[in-house]
Amino acid sequence: MTTNYLLKRVDFIFKNENDWEEVLGKSISRSPQELINELISSELKGRGGAGFPTGLKWKLSSEAEADTKYVICNADEGEPGTFKDREILSRVPFKVLTAMAVCGHVIGAKEGYIYLRGEYFFLKPELTKAIDEFEYYCHEINLDFKIKIFMGSGAYICGEETALFESMEGKRGEPRNKPPFPTSYGYMGKPTVINNVETLAHTFTIFKYGAKRFYDLGVQYSRGSKLFSVSGDTPKPGIYELELGMSLADFVDEFGDGDTKAVQVGGASGFLVPRKRFNETAIGFQGKLTGISLPTGGSMMLFNSSRSMFNVLDNYLEFFREESCGQCTPCRVGCQQLLKGIKAVKRGEKNAYYLDKLLRLAETMQCTAKCGLGQSVANSFTSIVENFREEMIY
Amino acid sequence: MQPVSELIKNLADQFGRERHNLLPILQGVVEQEKYLSEYSMIEIARELDLPAAEVFGTATFYSFLEHKKMGRHIIRVCKTITCSMKGKNQILLTIEDMLKISLGETTPDGNFSLLQTNCLGFCHKAPAMLINNEVYTELTPEKVRDILSSYMKKKGGLNDN
Repeated sequence: MTTNYLLKRVDFIFKNENDWEEVLGKSISRSPQELINELISSELKGRGGAGFPTGLKWKLSSEAEADTKYVICNADEGEPGTFKDREILSRVPFKVLTAMAVCGHVIGAKEGYIYLRGEYFFLKPELTKAIDEFEYYCHEINLDFKIKIFMGSGAYICGEETALFESMEGKRGEPRNKPPFPTSYGYMGKPTVINNVETLAHTFTIFKYGAKRFYDLGVQYSRGSKLFSVSGDTPKPGIYELELGMSLADFVDEFGDGDTKAVQVGGASGFLVPRKRFNETAIGFQGKLTGISLPTGGSMMLFNSSRSMFNVLDNYLEFFREESCGQCTPCRVGCQQLLKGIKAVKRGEKNAYYLDKLLRLAETMQCTAKCGLGQSVANSFTSIVENFREEMIY
Repeated sequence: MQPVSELIKNLADQFGRERHNLLPILQGVVEQEKYLSEYSMIEIARELDLPAAEVFGTATFYSFLEHKKMGRHIIRVCKTITCSMKGKNQILLTIEDMLKISLGETTPDGNFSLLQTNCLGFCHKAPAMLINNEVYTELTPEKVRDILSSYMKKKGGLNDN
């Protein structure tokens, strides 16, 4: 059975933000419980890729007992093929700042941080200006909420929430064991809501128009719209806001160059989908009844038939090998061995059956790595090796 | 430019001497010096009353906190998949040819260092590179030559970032 959702453009995220003062005022006059219910009924899930229900995250933090709590905006956008968060922060920063302050009101936090990746340092002056203006307004309406920018320094792993806390605490960006979860034990050991930039921007939409406008978009389990970062072999690379639940076939019709051989959904840590599976693949969160549904942080990379899938995998593995924090053995050694392994097969030093051993290694990493980085290496590795085995060998 | 020990003291005054201020201090030193020398790291450790090994361990975790002497302009060419597909190697060759250095090296006059980096988030405008904090996208060999020439002219200027 194929899915029947045609591609639908949506325009929420980048719609003007001139009314942020009104949205902020209206929202903080409502009770935290009301706002949480609004978010829960919108069924908004985290837009960074993991898809945790946002309303529940805010609820858990609001229930945690502590004198100090934090709101953190995760702008450590580093997944290959993702570039939407920068665009949000430069085009509609006040939506994100407003959402952070509303979150502070909901959970009882007076401090917020934007963790901005080092590569986006050039955004800092503009963003600082926006924060100054925002704080000035907060002061005027007697809202006690401060926002600071914390700069990253070139480490992909710091996008992992607990690694990000470690980094902000002045340490190596090594992920922590979970539980405890950030909602009870986050930055400085205090209850923390950490949301992706886009997630925060969506909460602005929800607080402005109500949950229903958002919920009416998308499909079951995957409500609302999402920004997609489209790159690779496409005549129109860029950022597009689309309704969730679309089929990959429709996506390729719109964005492909007519010769699309595969699409990488969700960046290097996501899945490669070959042409023969475009029809049965939908883009959304898990739990869809028909076909395969892939979650994504919004990275969509298209490859046409001129591309070698070996080179693609080689590039991803090198990326992971460098970005692995090295803390746990499955990830540290696994990434190195997968990379060495496919090169050895390509050069003919190992026979084709060695790929099966590597697949088992990837599976082990998926089960035993400490954090999402090591666990997700198997996503791209397995989907590429299984679908393009011959390209790995010859 | 202030002497590094003074700079470290000022940064510590500005941000505070608690552990969670370590990263901004390291970044502040790198902004001026372009890298963290052993001396800087020991000074920072002393200033924050931390074991030097902790400072070293933290500093070496982050790819933008160099601990080798770097040129005044650090060129970081994105090597991740889309940039690599859209001609990153051509860009590297052009830079190497123009500056007469290989990847990982610094020009003898200390003006440029050439490095590769992971995804810069400009896949829709590939290939891309950073020169210090400035980003350049949709690069072609001609465009790269123009950009580098303009940096070479700036050489010695007080405000070259």
